Order: sequence, then structure tokens, then C-alpha cells
Amino acid sequence: MSESEPAPKLFEAREPVFPKRVTGRFRNLKWVLLGSMLGLYYLLPWIRWDRGPNLPDQAILLDLGGRRFYFLMIEIWPHEFYFVAGLLIMAGLGLFLFTSALGRVWCGYACPQTVWTDLFILVERWIEGDRNARLRLHRQKKWDLRKVRLRLTKWFVWLVIGLATGGAWVFYFADAPTLLYDLVHLTAPPVAYITMFVLASFTFFFGGIAREQICIYACPWPRIQAAMMDEETLTVGYRDWRGEPRKRSEEVKAGATQGDCIDCMACVTVCPVGIDIRDGQQLECITCALCIDACDEIMEKTGKPRGLIDYLAVGDEASEKAGNAPRQIWSHILRPRTITYTVLWALVGLGIVFALFIRPDIEMTVAPIRNPTYVTMSDGSIRNTYDVRLRNKTGEPQLFGLSVAGDPTLQVELEGHDKVVVSVPADTSLLQRVYVISSPDSAPSLGEATKFRLWVEDMSTGERAYKDTTFNGKGN
Amino acid sequence: MSKPSKKQKGDPDTTGHVWDGIEEFDNPMPRWWLWTLYVCIFWAIAYTIAYPAWPMIKGATPGLLGWSTRGEVQAEIDAVNEGNAAINARLASTELTAIGDDGELNTFAVSSGSAVFLTWCAQCHGSGAAGAKGYPNLLDDDWLWGGDIEAIYLTIAHGIRTEEDDDARYSQMPAYGKDELLETVEITQVVNYVMSLSGAPKDATQVAAGAVIFEENCAACHLENGSGDREQGAPDLTDAIWLYGGDYDTIKSSVDNARFGVMPNWNTRLTEAQVRAVSIYVHQLGGGE
Repeated sequence: MSESEPAPKLFEAREPVFPKRVTGRFRNLKWVLLGSMLGLYYLLPWIRWDRGPNLPDQAILLDLGGRRFYFLMIEIWPHEFYFVAGLLIMAGLGLFLFTSALGRVWCGYACPQTVWTDLFILVERWIEGDRNARLRLHRQKKWDLRKVRLRLTKWFVWLVIGLATGGAWVFYFADAPTLLYDLVHLTAPPVAYITMFVLASFTFFFGGIAREQICIYACPWPRIQAAMMDEETLTVGYRDWRGEPRKRSEEVKAGATQGDCIDCMACVTVCPVGIDIRDGQQLECITCALCIDACDEIMEKTGKPRGLIDYLAVGDEASEKAGNAPRQIWSHILRPRTITYTVLWALVGLGIVFALFIRPDIEMTVAPIRNPTYVTMSDGSIRNTYDVRLRNKTGEPQLFGLSVAGDPTLQVELEGHDKVVVSVPADTSLLQRVYVISSPDSAPSLGEATKFRLWVEDMSTGERAYKDTTFNGKGN
Repeated sequence: MSKPSKKQKGDPDTTGHVWDGIEEFDNPMPRWWLWTLYVCIFWAIAYTIAYPAWPMIKGATPGLLGWSTRGEVQAEIDAVNEGNAAINARLASTELTAIGDDGELNTFAVSSGSAVFLTWCAQCHGSGAAGAKGYPNLLDDDWLWGGDIEAIYLTIAHGIRTEEDDDARYSQMPAYGKDELLETVEITQVVNYVMSLSGAPKDATQVAAGAVIFEENCAACHLENGSGDREQGAPDLTDAIWLYGGDYDTIKSSVDNARFGVMPNWNTRLTEAQVRAVSIYVHQLGGGE
């Protein structure tokens, strides 16, 4: 152990961050994105979509009880869950694409953590004032009436936002108007209240208290992104070759020519994660671009060109230092890597759309009953039984006809029906016991196992589907 | 252990343990860790007071909340019974033949009957209802006492050869060999005749002699053509299905000793709704008429 150095501190307390208000094109873009994304999130469950009398009329509904997922005109059954897997692959590839082109653009603009934190900071600013006022309030030790009032108001509004967030979430899983009525009348299922409570708590904690710590310590994405960025990736950076030596630096005091940076700290005070972008790329930076807005405003005031802090690629540093003009944005974005990601993303998307179009309207699964493998009837014929599940994915009741092919001696009969036609109610599956009978002393009766094909036909459209299965005889 | 190094001013506290010059800090436990421990201790004590915990001579302390695993299971059973009370009452009061037309009731009866069957019936008839030697296969179209829903219900409710139930099914076949009602030769002849009924090739003279004996002794119950009589529970001897087996020795044994299968009367063990449910279940297995 060294004799002079004190023991290292293993715990670092959080430095509270008080982002200052900022205006500019990126801030405006973020307001628009925040409004539209939150609006979509809160409003989507309320959009209606007519699917006929037997199906729910909610445009987007995750019906866990009924095991259906409704998305506009698309209806997903549990065995079609691979569509969701496809969407997840698309989301993954989309993240690859955006990260390789624009770095942590997801973190800075679209991540719910960022969007809700932005909203919470906005509320904080409305109630407690801008950066300096909030700093004063924070440093004020005494909890006088004003501080208590401001804090309580802020927490109350945060809680309302949190409740609305959890509330909007549960509406995706049930008929929204009915659920809202039940929630208000305290007759909704407990799981709805529990979900709302949990989500409200997490929204409050993540957006109000934890904030950037979630991004820095809890989220794996900042660690993964490094593998997806390269020297062509556009990310928020500081043109130190233009800004340095900054005002108040030792070099300037020693007489060197001052760079464009006047060391006004505008970029630091607006930063929601509390870093100085002029120190270079940092793990904490979510590329929210607010420092660009802050700096551009100062540059305009001092009569210098904008873009001291800007979206730039690490690979351009040498060229720009040599005095060349910054490269065009599109030349960073359009390159083999991003094009490859786009093509892959589009291929998966096309695959999903294609699979959606070719998925059959009638489906059948056949499970031979092997307890017993066959039954001898009184006339000596041999009978096999099959549990056949017929799916009617339309909104109308459908008649399904069954028939066998493969051996002429095989006859098909249905339990509980005189004819080989069965009606399946709308949007359900039906389990039907199907008998296949072979006459005495025929080859299938005496043999061990005979392959045959069971056909199902939609009696109204004539659409057909089949399943291959086996008939067990006495030789079994 | 080597000696601890000289402590300097500002050095953190150590435990005094040194291994090859490596010392161990005497840091306090983190506060969050300690508080978690205290909360856990408090929780453990409160838990043992609230719930059954401490072993005593007879069982454990019951706990203030009065909770028990048995009570929980009973509550679940009660909840299920309560939930099914209405549909069970409907099942018990609906006309037997009308249950099949009521989709919801029929579905309930089949799944409830399946549970009853696997609990009470599968021991003899098998979990797949395929039966065994002496225990009828319930999947085929051959019935001793009738295969429509009402006949099946009567058989299940009152049982076969049940002494305590006056409505039980009774069939009576004399033990022709054991009680010496027929000569051994005559029994051989009638067995040959019976086997020929379902198409087995047999010696014509034996069959002809057997036919006479059959008409005198057996036709009263099994009818002249051997097709059996469901009123008396006499099996059809002309079909391909044999309850005990269709070979010569087995049939001879049946004629010699007669067979007396039994089944309990389930109306005293099961509720009316359960008897009806299992009747519906058996009826839809493939042989129902």
C-alpha cells in the first residue's frame, strides 16, 4: 500500500444535474418527436377498427386471455408468434443501422428513458424554474413552505404522468373504454391496478430520480453500441481544432491566439447527463444534440460560424484539421455498411409481409390417439381415432369437410356428426374426434401401419389443406 | 502469517491479518447490506409468528393468520366447486338426451366426465377406455346392456350385479360344465357351433350337433341366431368382439363355468352430475348409439 495516497473511494455519489433551457433546431425536433411519440403511445389503444360482430374492435389489442394479437387488419394466433420474432429481428437490425450511421441516435431521441426524462425535466422547469433557480432550491438546506410546496407540486405532477403512463400501458391489453370505466369504478381486475402501480413507480423513479444513471449504469446499450460505431459514424463532437485554445486557458493567458470557444459553459449547463462534450466522446453521452443548439446560439452571438459542436465523424478529424471543409452528411450515411443493414432490414420486412399474405386461412393439426392404437368393431372392421384441431381464422362460422386419400378401403367418420362436415364457430379452433375405418381383412386392417392423407376443405371457398398421418392395423 | 506492517497515519483500519504482505481492510459492512440483513431478520421473526413454523410435539405452531396448506387446497377445491355449482345443477336436471344439443353443457360434461373416468373407471376399463379381458372395451360398437345414453347412464348409476342396488343389471348364465348340466361332449359340440357363428371354419357334424344343443339351452338368452339380447345382458355371439377371448379354450371355459362380471353402482359414490358427466363422456368415445 502506498504510504501517501489515501485509500480509493469505491463509491461515488451522484452529482445532481440541472439542465438549462435551450432553444434551437435539435431542441425543436426533439419537442416534435416527444409530442408525437407520447401522443401515439397514449392514443393508440383508443383507435377503433371494425372487424365484424365476433371480434374486438380495438385497432391494437394484445388479448392475452383470448390468446390473440390484433394489429389493424392483421390477427396473430399463438402458433404464429414467429411474426413477432421477425419484428424483433427488424428492431435489432434497425438499431444496427441507426447506430452505424448516427451513433446513439436512439438514446438521444427515441428511447423512452430519454423521452420521459425530457418530459419530467420540462415539468421540473415549469414548477421550480430554470437551472439557476433549481440549483438554489437544491442548495437551500431549510425546507421552508416554498420549497415544500414546489417539491410536492413537482412530485404530484410526476406521479400523474407516471399513472397515465402505466394506465396507457394496460389499455393495450383490454378493451380500452371498458377498462377505463372499470378502473374508475374500482371493478377492474387487480392485475390492471398492480401493473399501473408498478409502471407508475418505475416511471417516477426512472424519469424523476434516477435519470441519466439508468443510461450510465443500468442500460447495456451504451456498452454494445461501441461495437457498431466506426470512424464514419456521425456523432456529437467538439471541433477542438477550431475551438482551442479556449478563452481563460493557460495558453491564452500566455499570449496564444484564442480559438472559437469562449468557454461560456453553455454546452455543459444544458447537458442532461452532466458531461463536458469538449472532453471528447464519452460513455455517458446519449447524443441528444442539445449542446449543439446551445453552442450554435453562442457562435451566432459572437459572429463565428456555427458547428463548433456538431454531428461529425471521428475519421474526418485529420482532413478538417488540414483545413478542408466538412464532408457532406449523406457521404457518411450512404456507405456499404449502412446499405447492407438497410437491405437486410428490408428483406426481413418483406419476408414478414410475404408470410402474412401466404398464411393459410384454414389450418388443421392431427394427433392420432394411441391408447389404444386401434379398435376392433363388431363387424370385424378396424377403426383408428384422431384428435383433429380445425382452426377457423375468419370472422364468420365456417363449414369444414373432411376426407381421406391414400387407400380406397379407408372411410372417415366424425364423432357426433352424421356427415363428414363440421361447423367451426368464428375465430376459434375446434377439437373434433375423427374416426378412420378400414373394412375387415383389407390391407390396412391386417397391416402394421398404412400412410394416408387427411384432407380438410372449406365448404364455402373450396380451399383445401392436408395432413399426412398413419393408420394402425392388427399387425401393429 | 507474517507480521503486520507498521501502521502509518491515514491508513485505513485493518483486521491485523497479513498473508504474504497482503492485509485485510477492516471496512464496515455497507449500510444497505446491513439494513437488508436487519429487515430480513425482522421479516423472519414476523413470519414465524404469522405462519405455521415452530415444530412442537404435536405438529407445528399454527401461526396467527391461521393459514395452512390444507386450508389453501380446500379453499381452491371449494372455489372450483362453487364456480361449477350452477352448471352441475343444470347437468343434473337436463334431460339426458338433450345434453348433447347444449354445446356448453356438453363440453363441460365431456371434460368433467373425463376426469371422473380417469379417477374411478380407468382401473378396470383402462385410461383409454379400451378395456381388458373381462372388462368391456367402451370404444367399440358392441354393448352388453345397450349403448344409447340412457342405457349407459343406467348401467353406470346402478352397476352390474350390485346386491345393494335393486335396479342393478343382472345377467345369469348357468355353469354348464361345473354344475354338470351338459356332458363334456355336448359342450365341445356347442362351443364349435358358437365359434362357427362368427365365421370360424368348424367341423360340420360337430356344428350341426351343437346347433341343437344351443337351441335347447342357450337360445333363450342369446336368441336363436346367437345375436344376443341386451334386455338380459346376453352377449352377441356372432360378432368379432369377445369379452374374454374368442379361442376354443376360453369359450369352453365360459360355457363350463359361466362368467359373472361386476361393476359397482356409482350413484352412491358419485353425484348425479358426475354420473351423467361420465355417461356423456363414455357415450362420445366412439361407440355411443
